[in-house]
Amino acid sequence: MAVEIRLPTILRPHAGGETTVAAEGATVGELFADLTSQFPGMKGQLLNADGSLHRFVNVYVNDEDIRYLEQLDTKVAGTDQISILPAVAGG
Amino acid sequence: MVIHDSVIDLIGNTPMVDVSRLSPNPAVKISAKLEGQNPGGSVKDRIALNMILRAEEAGELHEGQTILEPSSGNTGIGLGMICRLRGYKLKIVLPENVSIERRQLLEAFGAEIITSPGEEGSNGAVRLANELIAELPDHAYLYQYGNEANPDAHYRGTGPEIWRDCPEVTHFVAGLGTTGTLMGVGRYLTEQNPDVQIWAIEPPTGELVQGLRNLDDGFVPPVFDPSLLDRRVIVRARESIEWTRRLTLECGIFAGLSSGAALAGAAKVAEKIDSGSIVVLLADGGWKYLSTGAWTDDLDEAEAKASKIVYF
Repeated sequence: MAVEIRLPTILRPHAGGETTVAAEGATVGELFADLTSQFPGMKGQLLNADGSLHRFVNVYVNDEDIRYLEQLDTKVAGTDQISILPAVAGG
Repeated sequence: MVIHDSVIDLIGNTPMVDVSRLSPNPAVKISAKLEGQNPGGSVKDRIALNMILRAEEAGELHEGQTILEPSSGNTGIGLGMICRLRGYKLKIVLPENVSIERRQLLEAFGAEIITSPGEEGSNGAVRLANELIAELPDHAYLYQYGNEANPDAHYRGTGPEIWRDCPEVTHFVAGLGTTGTLMGVGRYLTEQNPDVQIWAIEPPTGELVQGLRNLDDGFVPPVFDPSLLDRRVIVRARESIEWTRRLTLECGIFAGLSSGAALAGAAKVAEKIDSGSIVVLLADGGWKYLSTGAWTDDLDEAEAKASKIVYF
């Protein structure tokens, strides 16, 4: 099942400049496996060597941070909107 | 009536107002804590004061010294107000894409502004301040993102005030900037009642920040302890403006854009639970955002303008 993923500016060069890309999978982890096989340049950007989420990357399923859902095991459906954003402060 | 020695004595002890008429669930009460009532106009007066007091106690500040601080505005304004009274000079590293009123208020308090690139957002202000301080050993660096006096101001002040005024609280909702508010209040409230949930609300700032070279330029404040949060939710500019307007028109509360975002987050909580009592922190008043047209422009125009500025 294809799910649409919105990329931040910094990752777009790895995907030929596209703003959104489609990936296959039933969880965020599966989507990322497909995403990084399509665009290998993203691998070191999204995930640590041990396969966990990079600490400066926030991933949202319908605007909820997956770290407070089921992390990379968070389930996704075709209608979900996935956004990847860099960690940014305020204050 | 008491006559206070200075406006510093007016920091904290902010009022709470029932805004349950905005709750999408009649069994869920929503109370708003009005941090815009602080004398410098935002919740950040609290941390500005606590960081200065702790540094003075530690002997790290001397009269006439210059303080350097990265800030998207509110912390800088709080520091500006207090520095006038305590005899310090102030330099604020400010992203260029903040509302004009934030810049003007800093100037009003006599702060020197060092502009950081807008496309790097607040991360750019932090980066530039870190570079500058290395060359300015005589300057004091309070560094709100890594200073325990930041969450401590909320652990000692904001948290106990909420518990005193609303002990039935089930959920606390606030915006995520330095994370200090959520860390300090979250720690205090969950110590009183481990069942209280802590929800963080943030804008999709990462979409605006185009100037980072790669994700290693991301930034997580050292004071942040992710385990204290239960949920973290993005609220977009349009929804933030809609709820900011509702606060004004339906509750008579003139609050800033991050307050609208926090209220949108509180409404999401209210929809997900059967019953409860939500406390939402409204970080500042609306004054600093009039130039964005948030209340007066067509919603599409207001959204387009708000999407280009840092408002957390």
